[in-house]
Amino acid sequence: MAVHGSRCAACKYLRRRCPQDCIFSPHFPSSNPQRFAYVHRIYGASNVGKMLERIALLKLDGFENDQRVPEFERSHVADSLHFEAKCRIEDPVYGCVGFISRLEHQIHSIESEIAMTRALMMMYESSLNRQKGGPSEH
Amino acid sequence: MGGNSPCASCKLLRRRCAKDCIFAPYFPSDDPHRFAIVHKVFGASNISKMLQELPIHQRADAVNSLVYEANARVRDPVYGCVGAISYLQNQVAQLQMQLAVVQAEILCIQVQQEPMILPSQPPVAAMEAGMMDGPMDHKSGLGGFLHSNVLPSQYLSFSSSSNVTTHVESLKRESLSFLGHDMVS
Repeated sequence: MAVHGSRCAACKYLRRRCPQDCIFSPHFPSSNPQRFAYVHRIYGASNVGKMLERIALLKLDGFENDQRVPEFERSHVADSLHFEAKCRIEDPVYGCVGFISRLEHQIHSIESEIAMTRALMMMYESSLNRQKGGPSEH
Repeated sequence: MGGNSPCASCKLLRRRCAKDCIFAPYFPSDDPHRFAIVHKVFGASNISKMLQELPIHQRADAVNSLVYEANARVRDPVYGCVGAISYLQNQVAQLQMQLAVVQAEILCIQVQQEPMILPSQPPVAAMEAGMMDGPMDHKSGLGGFLHSNVLPSQYLSFSSSSNVTTHVESLKRESLSFLGHDMVS
């Protein structure tokens, strides 16, 4: 929370007064100016403010239910926006979608390995069964 | 694109669509939803800036990924793409568990067939090396955000080789009882 008289990172960046009820201040403390710089660069202050404040604004099919984002959810909104903005700055072409793509590739790879290992296990088991069914030992 | 009919972005922004409109190649007029959604999340001027900073041959991929992110944010206004990443990481952890179980079962069978040969280390540890490469690894950024919120700690620590070995040993004992053999260890 912004202490009265000290501005949050967003208001410092935007060079404006930081009000008591500043929507940015709980999530963009002055101790971490880069956090707001990232989200501002990708989304812009106005969009970030809207996304922190209201869910309904993101729905394209109208604003029948103008829902405010619950307070406890706003930190998750800020964190996820920051993460996505950072990914986009580090990878301007794919952003965090590159990360998703690598995870999906990894999932396919592990699934293939599970399938191969199971096939190998079946081979071993049938080999073991053949050995047991071999010439009698007694 | 372009020609006489304005692209989807210029239609939405209600402006003249210039011949060199930066949006026109990627936001055709027959798909107005595509631009509407990225404009809603990122804003037209931010998208324009991002595209201007990229060489032309990379802009199509950039637009596609921005559309993807915008769609994810509309579907999940709180977590956006991070929700999808969390879900996929959870899937990876579960699959690695399954793989470790199956590998342990194979080790048991191998040991039964050739008990004098020591089993080789399962490749799960090798997979760890490629697990989180790229701009964001599991420890920074996303790890700090998601670690406490989504993934149980046993999944996050599972990929270390010492944990795998311990886990494989305990699974071996269970697998042996499953196979109905007495193990002379």
